[in-house]
Amino acid sequence: MTRQTPMLELDPAVVRRARSLARKAAAPVVEIARSHTTVSVERATLRLAGLSGADHERVPWVNHLVNAVRDEVGLEHGVTTPVYDALLRGEAPDLTTLAQKAASGNVSFRLPTGREGAAARRAAAKGVGSGLRTIDRSRATRDRLVKRHGDPKTTPWIYLIVATGDIYEDIPQAQAAAREGADIIAVIRSTGQSLLDYVPEGATREGFAGTYATQENFRLMRAALDDVSKELGRYVRLTNYASGLCMPEIAALAGMERLDMMLNDSMYGILFRDINPIRTFVDQRFSRQVHARAGIIINTGEDNYLTTADAVEAAHTVTVSQLLNERFAKEAGLEDWQLGLGHAFEINPEIRDSFRMELAHAMLARRLFPDAPLKWMPPTKHMTGDVFRGYLLDGFFNLVGAMTGQGILLVGMMTEAVVTPFLSDRDLALQNVRYVMNAASGLTEDFHPPRDGFIQTRARQVLSEAVDLLDRIVTDTDAAGDAPLLAAIADGTFGLMKRPPTGGKGLDGVFRRADDYDNPATTALDAWTPPARGAKR
Amino acid sequence: MTSGTAPRGNIVRPYGDTTGDGMVQMSFTLPLPHDKLAEGAALQLARKMGLDPALLVHAKAMGPDFTFVVVYGSSTHLVNLDDVHVVEREYPLLSAKDANLAIRKQLRRKLVVVGACIGTDAHTVGIDAILNIKGFAGEKGLEYYREIKVVNLGAQVLVPDLVARARAEKADAVLVSQVVTQKDAHIHNTTQMSAAFREAYPAGQVPVLIAGGPRFEDGSEKALGVDRIFGRGTTPGEVASYLVHEIGLRKGKKS
Repeated sequence: MTRQTPMLELDPAVVRRARSLARKAAAPVVEIARSHTTVSVERATLRLAGLSGADHERVPWVNHLVNAVRDEVGLEHGVTTPVYDALLRGEAPDLTTLAQKAASGNVSFRLPTGREGAAARRAAAKGVGSGLRTIDRSRATRDRLVKRHGDPKTTPWIYLIVATGDIYEDIPQAQAAAREGADIIAVIRSTGQSLLDYVPEGATREGFAGTYATQENFRLMRAALDDVSKELGRYVRLTNYASGLCMPEIAALAGMERLDMMLNDSMYGILFRDINPIRTFVDQRFSRQVHARAGIIINTGEDNYLTTADAVEAAHTVTVSQLLNERFAKEAGLEDWQLGLGHAFEINPEIRDSFRMELAHAMLARRLFPDAPLKWMPPTKHMTGDVFRGYLLDGFFNLVGAMTGQGILLVGMMTEAVVTPFLSDRDLALQNVRYVMNAASGLTEDFHPPRDGFIQTRARQVLSEAVDLLDRIVTDTDAAGDAPLLAAIADGTFGLMKRPPTGGKGLDGVFRRADDYDNPATTALDAWTPPARGAKR
Repeated sequence: MTSGTAPRGNIVRPYGDTTGDGMVQMSFTLPLPHDKLAEGAALQLARKMGLDPALLVHAKAMGPDFTFVVVYGSSTHLVNLDDVHVVEREYPLLSAKDANLAIRKQLRRKLVVVGACIGTDAHTVGIDAILNIKGFAGEKGLEYYREIKVVNLGAQVLVPDLVARARAEKADAVLVSQVVTQKDAHIHNTTQMSAAFREAYPAGQVPVLIAGGPRFEDGSEKALGVDRIFGRGTTPGEVASYLVHEIGLRKGKKS
């Protein structure tokens, strides 16, 4: 995709300083992530080794097996060494049987040492390696299909949401949306899935305001979109959510089932779902490493900062979050083309110059991250139920998208905040996008904000506020001597939400790695480097 | 001409550009391919809805199987305002200062409010808008009120936990929020909640139960077993004013 970079004449020294502060804020947290594991990381590892399925009460076998090992030998050594040791000792012929026996308490686990330990680790590396190879094959398949069917001819890619709760209803709707022009289909998850400490199993037909993310649902939807991609001669991408308590597992399943994009924000779960900060950062690093290897584009959730705070006052928090998300992503091995950094059109339309400020903010993001696709998200907070005004607002949102070369455009619905979109709402919304893109996308060529004018000044102001906030974050402290970023999250630096590292959901699933910690997935992911690519994309 | 008052006493019709013209505009989709038959079906539906004459001003195929239409027409129905019943707010809106004063006078202690999102709903925007100091629509939330103690339990709280916490805190009022809902989950969750409170407390001592969310029907308090429903756009000040009013009423009954 070619895009013109709008000229903002930012001071390169300030931009460098912003990035170096983000790096400084992230470093101690990355260290925490590298020295801990979680129940979900260990479950994801077993999923890569091929363990799937659930008992008659729909409790997944990975949960049974990880819990059994945790109770007997602890998780600080990694789940795979005791598990593969049990297999080598002939406790069960395969992982599923072992998990079944473990669920009824009929296996005893131990931590093998010496040659037995080495043998268990070798067997584990072989088992987990098969899942990683599945991810590699999925990536190769995607590359092949993109080559065969082609990418969308124009940017931004059009992103549409489907969410009925029933995967078999979602499928025809997603196919219809693709035929109407969607390049990306996002299946919204059932509300509350982020707080489940297990991944549901099988095809699901009942969800609340969304459809459960399960391996089978992923497979069904990807297959349906492959059919429609062939029909349309354009590769239609599939998006889901790697967030919440099962982020690593969902990432692993997405990689194996060839999802193309995943929502994956570094702090969203902490701030907006009250998930424990350490749990989140550990899970997030693993999931991002998987996304990197799988060739998945991540979408970050900066829009959330603007729906809970004022979009003018809090504009710089979006920039800070983008910089942190970029840093954590790069550290985990993601490349620029995989960073769908988020931002949103949420300024109160009643205030003067709201459109100019939206334009300035969107240009700032474009300029700061010239090689990232950027995900541009539509107004939600100021959609009032006046659908006519909403349609106009969405038009202006599309115009900013057109003028600033966004990579991914989440299509705004005029019935936002009223009902789940009607079929006609989606059609009207796409007409809106098409009209604006057709009429105005060439403006990137003509429109350059004048030197030191309103837009340049506003962009510089937001950037400098972002640098100030990052400065405060890296110098933050708390009584427990936590990493500055954790201290900052604890004292409510981000919005008004105070999230101490000792609070939140899922802390009991966090373990400090022992010296002999072994996890073949993290070992392989840490050693992995992205394949050299020419001018891909 | 545009006096604004209904010309025929209490009877009203929609106003397009002339008094009494009854003009209405609507749009809908039929699951039919776009052809004469689909347009005819749209007009027939409009007439059955009371639009006569009905005018099909726009029809467009949406894919091979659907047709989107925009219809204008004159509504044949009349509304008699004498037959319209609405719930008017029965209590005065108080400033935060006046609400604090009233609470101090009535209770001589802080008013305790316990809030939560119950069921699977993880969307705390509603409850946070009312409770968090940040507030909503320029009004500070209940945390800002000196005489109100707020306990916000967050999302996906189980009903038994909510009841237990309300008892432990000696809650005067319990606020539950239901934002995202499907298949009437907000109704089931709320009735379950109110039943649990009635079971756990002696008669007459149940805290003030308030349900908030955009999908609750006006006037369905009784069916849900709650004292009050607040819908979209409710501000913290309205909730605080209601609490002062309701607590005052209950005090009055007891003494």
